[in-house]
Amino acid sequence: MAEHIIELVDVSKSFDDTLVIDHMSFYVNKGEFITFLGPSGCGKTTTLRMIAGFDLPTSGKILLGGKDISMLPPNKRPVNTVFQRYALFPHLNVFENIAFGLRCKKVINTYENDRGERYTKKEKLSKKEIAEKVKKALALVDLEGFEKRSISTLSGGQQQRVAIARAIVNEPEILLLDEPLGALDLKMRKEMQLELKEMHKRLGITFIYVTHDQEEALTMSDTIVVMADGVVQQIGTPKDVYNEPANTFVADFIGESNIFNGTSAGDRKVRFCGKIFDCVDDFERNEPVDVVVRPEDIRMCAPEIGMLRGKVLSVVFKGIHYEITAQVGRYELIIQSTESRDVGDEIGMNIFPDAIHLMKKKYTKNVYDGVITKRNTVEFADGEFECDVTQLYPGSHIDEEDYLVTAEGERLDLTGVAVTVEVGFDDIAISDEEGAGGAMGHIISIIYKGDHYRIIVRTEENEEDFVFATADLWNENDYVSVIIPKDKIKLTLKHAEDRK
Amino acid sequence: MRVRFTRKMLGIPYAVFLLCFVIIPMLIIVFYAFTDREMHFSFSNFAKFFSDPTKLSTIVYSLVIALITTAVCLAIAYPVAYILARSRMKRTYVLLLLFIMPMWINFVLRINAIRELLNWIGLLGEANYFNTIVGMVYDFLPFMILPLYTTLLKIDSSLYEASADLGGSSFTTFTRITVPLSMPGVVSGITMVFLPSMTNYVVSDMLGNSKVTVIGKFIETYFGTDWHMGSMIALVLLVVVFVSAALTGGFSPEDNVRGTNL
Amino acid sequence: MIKKCLKSFYIGLVLILLYAPILLLAVYSFNEVNTIGTWGSFSLVHYQKLFGDPVILEMIGNTVVLAIVAATLSTLLGTAGAIGIYYSRKTVKTLLGGASQIPVVNAEIVTALALAIAFVTVGLDKSYFTLVVGHMVICTPFVYLSVVPKLKQMDGSLYEAALDLGASPSKALFKVVLPQLIPGIISGFMLAVTLSLDDYIVTSYCKPSGFNTISTYVYNATLKGNAHTAETLSSFWALTTIIFVLIVAVVLVMNLTKKPDGRKRNET
Repeated sequence: MAEHIIELVDVSKSFDDTLVIDHMSFYVNKGEFITFLGPSGCGKTTTLRMIAGFDLPTSGKILLGGKDISMLPPNKRPVNTVFQRYALFPHLNVFENIAFGLRCKKVINTYENDRGERYTKKEKLSKKEIAEKVKKALALVDLEGFEKRSISTLSGGQQQRVAIARAIVNEPEILLLDEPLGALDLKMRKEMQLELKEMHKRLGITFIYVTHDQEEALTMSDTIVVMADGVVQQIGTPKDVYNEPANTFVADFIGESNIFNGTSAGDRKVRFCGKIFDCVDDFERNEPVDVVVRPEDIRMCAPEIGMLRGKVLSVVFKGIHYEITAQVGRYELIIQSTESRDVGDEIGMNIFPDAIHLMKKKYTKNVYDGVITKRNTVEFADGEFECDVTQLYPGSHIDEEDYLVTAEGERLDLTGVAVTVEVGFDDIAISDEEGAGGAMGHIISIIYKGDHYRIIVRTEENEEDFVFATADLWNENDYVSVIIPKDKIKLTLKHAEDRK
Repeated sequence: MRVRFTRKMLGIPYAVFLLCFVIIPMLIIVFYAFTDREMHFSFSNFAKFFSDPTKLSTIVYSLVIALITTAVCLAIAYPVAYILARSRMKRTYVLLLLFIMPMWINFVLRINAIRELLNWIGLLGEANYFNTIVGMVYDFLPFMILPLYTTLLKIDSSLYEASADLGGSSFTTFTRITVPLSMPGVVSGITMVFLPSMTNYVVSDMLGNSKVTVIGKFIETYFGTDWHMGSMIALVLLVVVFVSAALTGGFSPEDNVRGTNL
Repeated sequence: MIKKCLKSFYIGLVLILLYAPILLLAVYSFNEVNTIGTWGSFSLVHYQKLFGDPVILEMIGNTVVLAIVAATLSTLLGTAGAIGIYYSRKTVKTLLGGASQIPVVNAEIVTALALAIAFVTVGLDKSYFTLVVGHMVICTPFVYLSVVPKLKQMDGSLYEAALDLGASPSKALFKVVLPQLIPGIISGFMLAVTLSLDDYIVTSYCKPSGFNTISTYVYNATLKGNAHTAETLSSFWALTTIIFVLIVAVVLVMNLTKKPDGRKRNET
C-alpha cells in the first residue's frame, strides 16, 4: 500500500461565518499527481492553501506523513507552492528569486576538529552551493543563462518556469500548484501540461494541482478530487470520474453529457426518454435515478433499427467530430460522431448498456424548517410565502380576525408555530422581478436534463437552496425571485404537542 | 509568556498616536464646546454663537468669500484641466507640473509675493475683500485643477468616440458625457477649495488689511479668551467637514497637489 | 487650428497670472531698491542681507530641520501603521483608516486648536516636542494614505510566497513586502516634507515662544512690522527667488533622471 503523504481528517474552514470547506477528509499518496478540480468558489484553492499553511483549518487535522501540521506556519513546512500569478518578487532578478528559499534554509553540516571529534553545525548554504542549485533548477525548466534577467522582461511562459524553478530548487516533499497555467494562452498551456507531467516523473515528488479546467485535470492527473460547495464530490482516476460520475454535478462538470431523469425498472433495466434500456447498474425497481449518457456513446443508425428514433435539429462541425442535436419525443439528445447528418434527417440511435450510467438522485424534494407568521404566512429559506394554514388541522378554517378555528371549534393563534415545509420540484417558478416571490436568491446551478433544466437557486443569508425544474433557460448568477403558488406549499406541524 | 511578533503589531504605534493626538484632542474640543466656564454641561455657547448679529454677519461674509473663491477657481480650473487632460502632447505632465510648482514655495512667502504685487498696483489696503479673494484663488487654484485633471484623464476616450459615433456634436459630448463623468472631480475640488477659504485666516490677515475676518479667525481670537466658544466654532467646522467628506466619499492623497509625483 | 491657438493662449494666460508675483519678486531681488515700483541698478544687496542676518538664517535652518525630523518620524510611523493596519481585521481597518482621514480633511485651525488645548489640558508646555508632534499629526496620515495604495496594488501572494520558501514573517516583511512599498514611502516622505515646510497655523499653535519657521517669521514680519520692516521684507524677495530656483532645479533633476513613460494614458 502506498504511503499517505498528506491526509485531511474532517477538516472544516470558515471565513467570517461562511463555511468554505465542509468536513473534508481524504488522503494523498506519496509521489502521485493529484488534482483538485471544481468550479470557482468550490474550496479547492482554500484546501491547497491549508496544506501550504497560508490558511489554518477552523477544525480538523492535516497530517503530513502521519504528523499533525495543522497549525505549523508555512515557512516551517516542507512544501512549496507555484502561485496562480506566479508571485515572483519584482524587485529581485531571476537568480535572486530562485535563491530566495535557499538563502532562508539552514543545513546541518558535520565537521571533525583537530582532536578527531565530530561535531555538527547549523549553517547557511554557501554561495557556491546556492549558485549550483540555481543553475540546476534553471536547466530543469530550460532557462539556462537567465540568472541576471529582471522579472519584468520575461514572458508569461518564462515567468511560469521561473516560478516552478523557485519552488523545486528547495527540494520540497510536495509541490503545490495553484492554477499555474491559467494566465497562459491555449497552445502554451498544452505544452506546459506535458512538461509538468514530465517533470513530475523526473522529480518523483508529490504534485498537488488545482484547476477548474476539466480537460487539464483529465490530461495530467493520477487522481482527481472533484469538489463543489466545499465538499468532495468524487475521488478517482481520470477514467473513473469520466466514466462513472458519482452524481449529476460531476457528470455535468466533466465532459459533455446527456443527463435525464429516469426510473429503475429493476433487473438492470432503466426507463428514460420513454423507453426501457438495458444497463449495468442495479437499482431497486421504481427508484428515481439520474441517467448519464456521454454524447460519443450514442451511435447513430438507420431510423428503423434504432432503439430511439428522432429528428436532427442542428449540426455543428467541431474539427474532429460533429455535434448533432436530435429531438426524440420531447427530449433533446446531443450526439458526437465523425459522421455528419443534415438538419431535418430522421435518424435512429442506439445506446449500449455499458454506456448508460445510473446515479442515485441527490435531490428528491425541497424540505425546509418554517415558522408561521402573524399574517398566517410561512417564513422559510430566508423568505416569506403565502400558504394555506388550514391544512395543518383538517376541517379547520380562518375566522375574520385571522385566527384558525379547528374542526372542533377551538380558536388557535398560530403565530410562531414551527412547521416543516415541503415543496415539489415542479411547483417553483422564478422571476427577474424583485419582490415578485417570497424569497430572493442567486442561480448557482443549471443542468439540462433533455427536456427541462434543473435549476438550483440559493438564498444569500442562510444559503438555503430551492431545487426545481423549468423549461426556460436562465443564466448562472442571475438574481431572481422565487415564486411558489399558495396551494403548492405543503405544511406539517413540527412538534406533536403543537397539535392540541 | 513570550509575545509572538505579528504584522498587525506594526500598526500599534500609529494607532496609539492617532488616539492620543487626533481622537482625544477632538473629544476635548467636543467637551469644551458643550460646557460653560464653570465646566457645567451647557448649550449656551451654541446659543450665544448663533444669536450674536455681528458674528452672524461675519459668518455670512466669510461664506460669501469662500463661495466666490470656489466659483472663480472652478471657472478658471475646469478649462485648464480639460485642455491638459485631452491634450495629445507627450509631455502634458510637464505642463501640469508648471501649474503645481508654485505650490512648493512656502505658503506664507507665496501670499507675501501676492501682497507685494497688490501693493505695487496700489490695491493693498484699498480693496480688502477683492485682495483676499485674489489671494485665495491664487493659492487654492491648483487644489481645484488636480482633482479635475485626474478625473477627466480617467474618462475612457472611447466614450467620446462612442458619443460622436452616435451622432453627438462636440457640445453634446461635453455636456452629456464629459461634465457628468467629471462630477467626482468637481465635488472633490470644491471641498478642497471651499473649506480652506472659510478657515485659513493667513490670507485674509495678510491681504485684507485686518479688515476681513473669516470663520477660522474667530477660533484664533477665542483661543486667547474663551476656549468654550472657540471649541464650539471648531466643532461646527468639524461637523461641516465631516458631512461634506461623507457626501464626497472621503479623500485620496493623489488629489493633494503637493503630493503629485515629480 | 484656431481652437488649438485659443487653448494654448488660455493655458499661457493662466500660467502668466500664476507666475507673475513670483517673477516680480525674482526680478526685484536683483535690484538695489527696497520698494517695488521704483527702479535702481542691479545689485545683490538683498541676498547679502539674507545671508548676513543670523535671525533669518536661524529660522531657515529651523524650518528645514523641523521638516526633516517631522517627515522622517511620520514616514516611519505611517509606513509601519499602513502595513500593520492592512493586515488587521476589517473593523480595525475601517476604524483607523477613518481616523487617518480626520487630520487630512479637517480645517487646519481645528486641528491646531484641538492639539493646543489638549497639550494645556495634560499640562504639557509648548516645546520642540509639541511642535514636532503637531507636524506629525498633519504629515503622518498623508504617509499612511500614500503607502496603503501600494499595499493594495501589491500581489498578496508575494508575502505568502516568501513564507512558502522558508522566510520567517519578519524576513518576508523586510525583504519582500517593504521593497514593493518604496515608491509609496518616498512620495509619502516628500509629501510630509512639503506639508511641514508649508505649515503656518499648526506651527503657530504648537511652537515654543522665540522659535520661528519661515512661515511664522514672514507672517509676523509682514503684519506686526518693526523698525526695519522694509529691509526685512525685501530680503524675502531673495528668499522666495532662491526657493523657487531650488524647486525648479529639483523638478528638472527628477524629470531628467526619471525613466521615460511612468504614466498611463489612453493613446488614441
